[in-house]
Amino acid sequence: MPATAGQTLRNLISRDQKELLAAWIQSQLAATTLRSDLMREGELREQSREFLELIKGAIDSGDYANTEAGNWSAVRDFLTGISRARAQRGFSPTETATFVLSLKQPLFERIRGALGGDAQALADELWLASLLLDRLGLFTMEAFQKSREAVIQSQQRELLELSTPVVQLWENILALPLIGTLDSERTQIVMESLLQKIVTTGAGLAIIDITGVPTVDTLVAQHLLKTVAAARLMGADCIISGIRPQIAQTIVHLGVDLSAVTTKATLADAFLVALRRTQAKLPQGTAAQP
Amino acid sequence: MDKIPILRMGRLLLVTIQVDMHDRLALQLQEDLTDRIVAVRAQGVLLDISSLEVVDSFIGRMISNIAAMARVLDAETVVVGMQPAVAITLVELGLSLEGVRTALNVERGMALLNERLVEEGR
Repeated sequence: MPATAGQTLRNLISRDQKELLAAWIQSQLAATTLRSDLMREGELREQSREFLELIKGAIDSGDYANTEAGNWSAVRDFLTGISRARAQRGFSPTETATFVLSLKQPLFERIRGALGGDAQALADELWLASLLLDRLGLFTMEAFQKSREAVIQSQQRELLELSTPVVQLWENILALPLIGTLDSERTQIVMESLLQKIVTTGAGLAIIDITGVPTVDTLVAQHLLKTVAAARLMGADCIISGIRPQIAQTIVHLGVDLSAVTTKATLADAFLVALRRTQAKLPQGTAAQP
Repeated sequence: MDKIPILRMGRLLLVTIQVDMHDRLALQLQEDLTDRIVAVRAQGVLLDISSLEVVDSFIGRMISNIAAMARVLDAETVVVGMQPAVAITLVELGLSLEGVRTALNVERGMALLNERLVEEGR
């Protein structure tokens, strides 16, 4: 009977809301996926109550099966909020999805209680209810996934910004301590921030310190040389420092030609050279002697 | 057709590119500049490209050609004021302008050229 399909569910949710809520919370509290360490019981009760309330509102106000429709927007927003909060607190995907899917058991029990005798209608109602909850569950997962991806993206961005500082050591001298592996994307950012800093400070010398670069292969060397070439085009010289013994060996074995660039073993040596080259004025009583 | 002005300062020539470079303008500049170097027996050329926002491989090659031609005529070229984006583009294009001297701004470029003149005792 398509005309009354969903009628039972509608009645159940509006009439037996209290009992349904109690049973649902009961099953959530008993489930193994309960994270009492991450969320208090009171909060769970509050969320469950609000969710049922919103579902009731959505079902009452119109289209029932189409969760994309406007009357479901409050439910969708609520689920998005819950998923985001749970993703940030460290809930697993299963634990998050269980919030919606665990409603199935108490709901199905009540549908069976109401329509026990009529197998046809029971099957129809169960199918509709199952469809609805599955859709909401999938939506929850999608929101969960999205918020996790947003977290990852923002972390990547922060990492990139964190790992490429350009510091001014002295008048006309910049230092660029590189930490971590250099790939094309990072080289681009490193290059841009170095060149920008050269423009703003008017520095004529930049020290690129690669102490924190774990390995130097031909690609990394090429990226370094590119950065040096770009800085030179702007009129700033570069010194590469912090070359560890193993890295010196690798560079030679790979046949990378760094002869066009001044290289120093430590940042201190490079700084001395830089001071002398820029003829920096030192405070009284000190001298830039090795 | 518009031209890029070439200013004379003693034995130095100052070229400031203030407009968008296009290919014909670049070729015209090459011609004018070599003529002027010979005419005033210039010893240095200062090429200010601080207003140049976009370069392509042709313009990059042109800059390096100008430097090479000037060197043949015994004038040293200093390219000054290159924008970061331009520098990155040139490096990515594989044009790192070997043999061309560079400086951050006109003042430093001028100092570089004057140093050379003093060194050679002229």
